[in-house]
Amino acid sequence: MTAIVTVRVQHEDFDTAAEIAALSHGRTDIGAVVSFSGLCRGNDHDTPIAALTLEHYPGMAEAEIMRHAEEAMARWPLQGLTVIHRHGRIKPGENIVLVVTASSHRQAAFEAAEFLMDYLKTNAPFWKREETADGGSWVEAKSHDDAATARWTS
Amino acid sequence: MKVKYFAWVRERIGKAEETIEPPADVRTVGELITWLTARGEGYAYAFEKPKVIRAAIDQTHVQADAAISGAREIAFFPPMTGG
Repeated sequence: MTAIVTVRVQHEDFDTAAEIAALSHGRTDIGAVVSFSGLCRGNDHDTPIAALTLEHYPGMAEAEIMRHAEEAMARWPLQGLTVIHRHGRIKPGENIVLVVTASSHRQAAFEAAEFLMDYLKTNAPFWKREETADGGSWVEAKSHDDAATARWTS
Repeated sequence: MKVKYFAWVRERIGKAEETIEPPADVRTVGELITWLTARGEGYAYAFEKPKVIRAAIDQTHVQADAAISGAREIAFFPPMTGG
């Protein structure tokens, strides 16, 4: 059966269970489905956050995620994958990002999901702005995210 | 060529995009940053630490030494923080 690759950049929320079902429904060749959900936290280092606003680069965001989805498909024996990234204003507890990978065996599914998340954090053109009581500020990129991404090229 | 700015680069410059015509001796992304920096306070503030700034030509990540010749759209932005 052919692999299904789905990449979506959208403001609307998504249904994680429905996305997993869509990827695996009716398939008998899938032995492992790994999903990662990124949610908006209500605080950052004890500072309460009212909401996050995610800015993105329309067009490049989709293309960059698709490029890495295709790389994941080439590096691991996957039956399919889904990546959804939201933009706009997102409140604590709400979904930001979803990665679902499906494979015959768990190792490929786990590794591909980690690979995709590491690259999403450092290469996909999205920027987070936190709303706090003092107004707000742009979230700074973290060096440990760069380090996490670098291990896939070593 | 069209130039796009995102996140705090956009806020500091005060616009999301514009059309520019740099002189012929501005050949690379790094030289374009230097040329833009001289255009005003907002630009100077946005590009005060040029090594922090990321760039894309026609929606593909590039380094500061990338040639801008033939580019339709160049974007400048801070390090990404999605995911």
